[in-house]
This record gives sequence, C-alpha cells and structure tokens, in this order.
Amino acid sequence: MTEEWKSGHFRAASNDRFNKAFRPGVPGLKPLYFLARLRGAEAPLFHRVARAFAIATLGAMIYGIGVVSHAQVTFERLVNAAKEPQNWLTYSGDYSGKRFSKLDQINLGNVHSLVARWVYQTAATGKLETTPLVVDGIMYATAQDDRAFALDARTGRPIWMYQRQIPADIRPCCGRVNRGLAILGDKVFLGTLDAHVIALDAKTGAVVWDVTAADYRTGHSFTVAPLAVNNLIVIGISGGEYGVRGFIDAYDADTGKRKWRFYTVPGPGEPGHETWEGDSWKVGGAPAWNTGTYDPATNQIFWPTGNPSPSNRGEGRAGDNLYSNSLLAINADTGKLNWYFQFTRHDEHDWDATQVPVIIDASGKKLIAQANRNGFFYLLDRETGKLISATAYGKQTWSDTRDAEGRPIANKNASPTLEGHTVCPGALGTTNFMSPTYDPVTEWFYVTARDQCDTFSTAPQPYEAGHAFYGSAYFPSEEAEPYFGFLKAIDPATGEVKEKFQHTSPTWSGVLSTAGGLVFSGDAEGNFIAFQDKTLRPLWHFQMGGAVYAAPMAFAVDGKEYVAIAAGSAIYAFGLP
Amino acid sequence: MGNRCYFALVVAMFLGTAAYTAAQNDNPLAGDAKAAKAGEYEFRINCALCHGLGARGGGRGPDLTRAVKKHTHSDAEMFQVISNGIPGTAMPANGTNGQGVGMTDEEIWQIITYIRSQEVRAPSTPLGVAAHGKDLFFGDANCSLCHMVEGKGGRFGPELTGVGASRTREAIVDSVRNPSRQLAWGLTEATKEFPQEYESVTVVTADGKEIKGATLNEDSFSVQIMDTNEKIHLLDKSTLRSFHKSRQSAMPKYDADMLSDKDLEDIVAFLVSVGAK
Repeated sequence: MTEEWKSGHFRAASNDRFNKAFRPGVPGLKPLYFLARLRGAEAPLFHRVARAFAIATLGAMIYGIGVVSHAQVTFERLVNAAKEPQNWLTYSGDYSGKRFSKLDQINLGNVHSLVARWVYQTAATGKLETTPLVVDGIMYATAQDDRAFALDARTGRPIWMYQRQIPADIRPCCGRVNRGLAILGDKVFLGTLDAHVIALDAKTGAVVWDVTAADYRTGHSFTVAPLAVNNLIVIGISGGEYGVRGFIDAYDADTGKRKWRFYTVPGPGEPGHETWEGDSWKVGGAPAWNTGTYDPATNQIFWPTGNPSPSNRGEGRAGDNLYSNSLLAINADTGKLNWYFQFTRHDEHDWDATQVPVIIDASGKKLIAQANRNGFFYLLDRETGKLISATAYGKQTWSDTRDAEGRPIANKNASPTLEGHTVCPGALGTTNFMSPTYDPVTEWFYVTARDQCDTFSTAPQPYEAGHAFYGSAYFPSEEAEPYFGFLKAIDPATGEVKEKFQHTSPTWSGVLSTAGGLVFSGDAEGNFIAFQDKTLRPLWHFQMGGAVYAAPMAFAVDGKEYVAIAAGSAIYAFGLP
Repeated sequence: MGNRCYFALVVAMFLGTAAYTAAQNDNPLAGDAKAAKAGEYEFRINCALCHGLGARGGGRGPDLTRAVKKHTHSDAEMFQVISNGIPGTAMPANGTNGQGVGMTDEEIWQIITYIRSQEVRAPSTPLGVAAHGKDLFFGDANCSLCHMVEGKGGRFGPELTGVGASRTREAIVDSVRNPSRQLAWGLTEATKEFPQEYESVTVVTADGKEIKGATLNEDSFSVQIMDTNEKIHLLDKSTLRSFHKSRQSAMPKYDADMLSDKDLEDIVAFLVSVGAK
C-alpha cells in the first residue's frame, strides 16, 4: 500500500481536476468558469437551478459530454437490467448470471478494428479479479487490498477513490483480491478482506456504513462481489482454507443491519448436521466466495458453496459434509433454504462448487446450469433442484459411477494418500472462479477450462484458529504432459463440448458473450481476445502486458459500445476507432 | 551477520548438532524431531509444489537437501527468504503465492527444522576433479557451445553458473544422460503461473524457410525463438506454414560412449565448485 492512499477516503484527484477545469486561463474553459462563479447559496433557488442546468447543457454542447442521468439504481432496474444494455448493473451483468450483453455495435464485421480507448492503472500489485459495474456513464470497480473507485467510463479518468485500511494480519488464502461491487440506490457495496461489509456513497466514495460480519483473525474474509436483491445486500464469506464455518449474509442496504444469516454448515438440531463427524462441523468450511444469481419470479437466490475443511483430507469429517460444494436455493426475504444440490460429496480435492450458477429458460423449462470445478457440467431444474444431467466437459478420473439420481460419485481410490495419488482434475479444477457466459443467441454455454491432473498427498494438520487448515498438499503430476487451458463451448441441453480453443497455457479469465456474434476472453499471456461465437476462431486480440484473472463486461456511453476487462494491475476499455 | 551465522553453522557441524548459537534469530526449534515432522507437513503444503515432496527439487525450485544453498546459509537467512521471497525469482513471499496461505513464524521454523533434517552433507572429497571438468566443459565435451558458466559459453541452453548450488549431483547427471526426461525451465515471468520450459520448436515460414530452435516465449499469436546460432526470430504464428513444438530436448543425449562416467563426474565437480563460490 502506498502512503498516498493511507488516509482512507480519497478525493484529491477529482478535486484537482475540478479546480484545474474551473481555473481561468485554460483555453476553452472560460464559459464554464464564468458560470461556476455565479454559483452561490445566496442566489434564489430558481436562478441556482437555471444556472446548474445551463452549466450542464453548455458543458454538453462544448465538450460533447453526454447529459448523464443520475437516476438511482432501484431494485426494479436490477430486475430489468437486461433492458438497459448500456449499463452493467451486477457482477454478472444481470441477475441471471449469463454475462451476456445485448450490445451489438462491436460485431463480427468490425471487431478487427477494435482499439484500446483507455487504460486505468490501479497501481496495485497482485491479481486483479474485478468485474466493473457501469451505471449511466460511470464505472465502479475494485482493485487489490480493497480499493474501490469510480471512473468516467468514456475516458477512464477517476472521479473518486476509496482505500480500505486493512489490518496487517489479515488471512487472505489466495491473494489480496476483490471481485467487485454491488450497487443499489445511491450506494455501492464492498466486502473487505478483514470481513467487513461497507457501503460507500456512489457519488463521493465516502463511507455510509461499515459493519463487521466476522472476525478476520479466525480466517474470515470477503473477496466476493455482493449481490443487491430487493433492499438487501447478499454476500458470502471466504475462509475454507482456515476452517471457518461458512455463511451467507444479507444486510439492509440503508442501515447495514444484518437481516439474515444462513450457515452453510448446519448446527446441532438442524437438518444436515448429521452429515458431519463429531465436532468437525464447527470448522467445516463450505465458504460462499463467489457471487450467486437471483430469480425474481420466485424470489430465490441461488448461491454456490465451497469445499469442506480441511480441504484435502476427509479423515475426521466422515459424511457428506452438507452444504459444502453445493448449490443453495434460498428465499431472499427470509434466508431460509428451499432446496440444495450437492455436486461433490465429502470432497477431498478442494473442488469448491463456487462457479456462477447460470439461470437459463429453454423449451419452457426453468433451468440452472453450472460448469463445476470437479469436471462435470450440471443442468438442474431450478424449481426443484433435481439433477437433469451431469456431463464431463474436461479430463476427469475421479468418478466412474453415478448414484440413483445420476450424480457422479467418487471412486474408492480417488482419495489422497501419504505417498501421493494422481487425480484429474487437479486441485485448481477443470474451471475455477472465472465467470462463464451463456449466449442466448447460440444457446451455448462458454467456460474457461483446463486439463491438469495433480498428485494429492496427505499432510495431517491440527486445527488452530486463524491458521492454514488444508490437511494435504498437491502438485502437478510428475508424469503429466504439459497441461493446457481452453475456452470451451458447451451445449447445455446435452452437455456436449461443441467447440474449443486451446490457449498456450491455462488462463484464469472469465468469458463474455455479446449480441455482436462475439465471445471475449483473456489469457495468461496478457492477450484480450475476441472469438467468433460459433467457431471460437480468434478474430482480434490485443496484448495488455499482464495476465488476466478477471472477466470481461460490456457497456455503452453516448451511444458508443465498449468492452472492458482487468489485466495486470489495470482496467482496459476497448471500442471502435 | 551472514558470516557470523555461517561460522556458527560450521561450528555446529563440527559439534555434530543442529543447535546454532547466534542471536535470537536462531531457530528455537532446531534439532527438535517433533518440529521436523510438523515441518514436513507444512513443507508438503507450502513448499513441495516447487521444491518436491522430499525437498530434493521439483523441476521449478532448487534442491534444498544440499547443505550449501544458493541463497541462504543460516537459519535466520532461510527465515528471511521464506518470509519475504527472493525478488526476481519464482520464490514468493510467505502467503502471497496464491497456492498456500500464510505461515506463522513457528511454522516457518518448523519447516527450516525439517529442511535441516533432510540435508545431505557433501562428501569430504568430491567424486570428480573440477579442473579437468572445466577443461571438458569448455573443450571436448562441447558443453559451452550452448551453456554459459561465469560469462563464458553459449546462450542457446540454460545458464549453468548456479546449477551446482541448486541441484543435486544426481539431477545434474540425469539431465546430461537423459536431457529430455525433464526439460529445464527457462523464462521466469511473474505474470505466469510457472516459467516456461525449454521446448524445442521447428517452424516453416511463409517463404519455406525452416527454423529450429528453442522457444524463448510464446503466446497464442506470436512466438520468440532462439535458433542454434543464437539468432532470435520473432514470428507471428498466423504467417507460418507450420509450427511444431517438441518435448525432445535440443540437447544431445550424452551416453557413456560420448562422455564417460568419470568425465561426467569431473564436469559435475566443476559445476559444484562454481556454484559454491
């Protein structure tokens, strides 16, 4: 962390810019300066309004600035997010989790001419996993170490900056990362590495409220982008590497008061508690560190959960270990569980099921799909949680059989051993947290995948609060061929992989599809790539100079479409020349 | 500080005990068998990904069973390296590598205790004759056509000045006898998960020219190749007639007819003597 940002809420950049812009002598700015001088509290209200309007209009005329509507982001707008494709209102673009943009200005015919329009350097180090939001011309995003900022989405120029003061002894398992914000009303919402949930004023970045969800010293943290539903901010905890007892929380967006908590590991007397041996439930993990989706028709949140703890050692926690590695359907108002589906029972390979569950309506069926870290693509009935199909979409050796419902179950010899036992996929999974996309035009599900096997070796570890709690270690298999990454297109109806593109090495980039016939993704070598949606042939690429750990999104300002993605420690926006 | 600790280490070795005597930075758990066992599990979780299950090097990270290490001598220095990483290398600071979580001070000392328990003392007399090994390296064995040691030699293969300090004798012998078994790691790029291997590559350009070499770097659209004459070729994959990568090392397989066991031991002794500097 640089000294510059240590003072928390930071507005100097925007203030400087304001002052410069209104200083006389800057060519072309005198009219604005003149009008600015007329601002004054003593002036009659009518005059003040008229002047403000004149400033805005004149500014728009002279500088081509769009007249930005600062209408509040209501729940209704979030429900109908797909109807305003110029904005990107939630982590996955809309509640369905499709990460699909209806914008088609950038399309198969002109994508070859795409250029970088601006780059915003966060100057932070580590992995940048954020998906920006865009609302009416303003981009809101996050960087490492819980930095949040607002940018002019046309130029990348900062409007405000917030830097969280993080204690020195936080426990981030896998980087000091953050995946983004939620927006509702005139506030944006951030989960922090020290397990706080905070609301920031969307216009200034000032803290409106700040609540503690859990004790970071016992391994709790937030890395997830929250989801705003109705008047609640829904968020899931991280800490499966530290033996936390996982939960999903909902906070009142106005006050920060916690309205409900759903423990993903049931306590004594609750259904599912019997799936844990002895006291193992107390440190059972099942974190909820990736953003779920929401079905307004049934007022249900679909939130995925992560591995049981310790992640790679099943000894001591005999049983299915509910609700680890599951998809949970939760009533948004009450936090009560409607149904669950567990993808990997009694997991011993760190296969968190925290991939975005995508809501799909097809042939009159209400479906929800997930490309799981364990190597299978699952299609469920989202009204009942019943499995429709599970199909391997990458290399897997852990499951040769199915249970009565058709769910893949682990082979007896798939468990880690002291000497090491090789299983595919490896601990990083066939996919991981990177967002998939569902394109309603091609009706294909696109996901970043890798074929890698690992040797899993046990390493018994006692639980100690706030300390790593894995129980085993894993390594790339020594005999293994070099492993690759892919972009795969799956037909959800059959689970069949229809097309694939092989990356030079595995990538952590998410995927975006657009109505322009395009699919966008990034690679570990720093390229941002546009693919033809039906062939996955690369049509265009740009070298961004840093590996991609984030997912792309699309927006439009002043009638111009942009596609944006974080890479290295910067955010890039691309558009037509 | 370094010298004092090194002196302490030598004294400790003479006394046949792992208890070091310098300052409070010394390992409080030194020689504790229980701590070494706990350290073994911590090592598996946090270190073995690169340094191998038994700390004997895993292709990416150096062999840590050598009594003389590349970057550290004392326990205190080892503690610093584990805590802060080694800038410019793939060795990350504690808790930042995205694979493991942070270790406590106690856990780091446990790991150091474990590593010390695994150390293999170098034999009192080297197996080979370093001076003869040097002659061979820069002469008849042709190693220096492709490999550089202390600024002398070729650029086509991995630079070997430090290899004697970071690899076991067995690993060096094996990579001469079976160079394709485990390809050496080349470019270290912070943005990639792992450095790239020294893969052999053969391309045919649009005008029919064949180029053979090793990949310096590569992405989906371009490749940077060094040919055997050390010429660097910058190529767009889309313009190539063919592009073929192979895990067959460009290094010839030195069998006992090409290089006797004795001569190979001399070359190893030379590399170890350079690495120890």
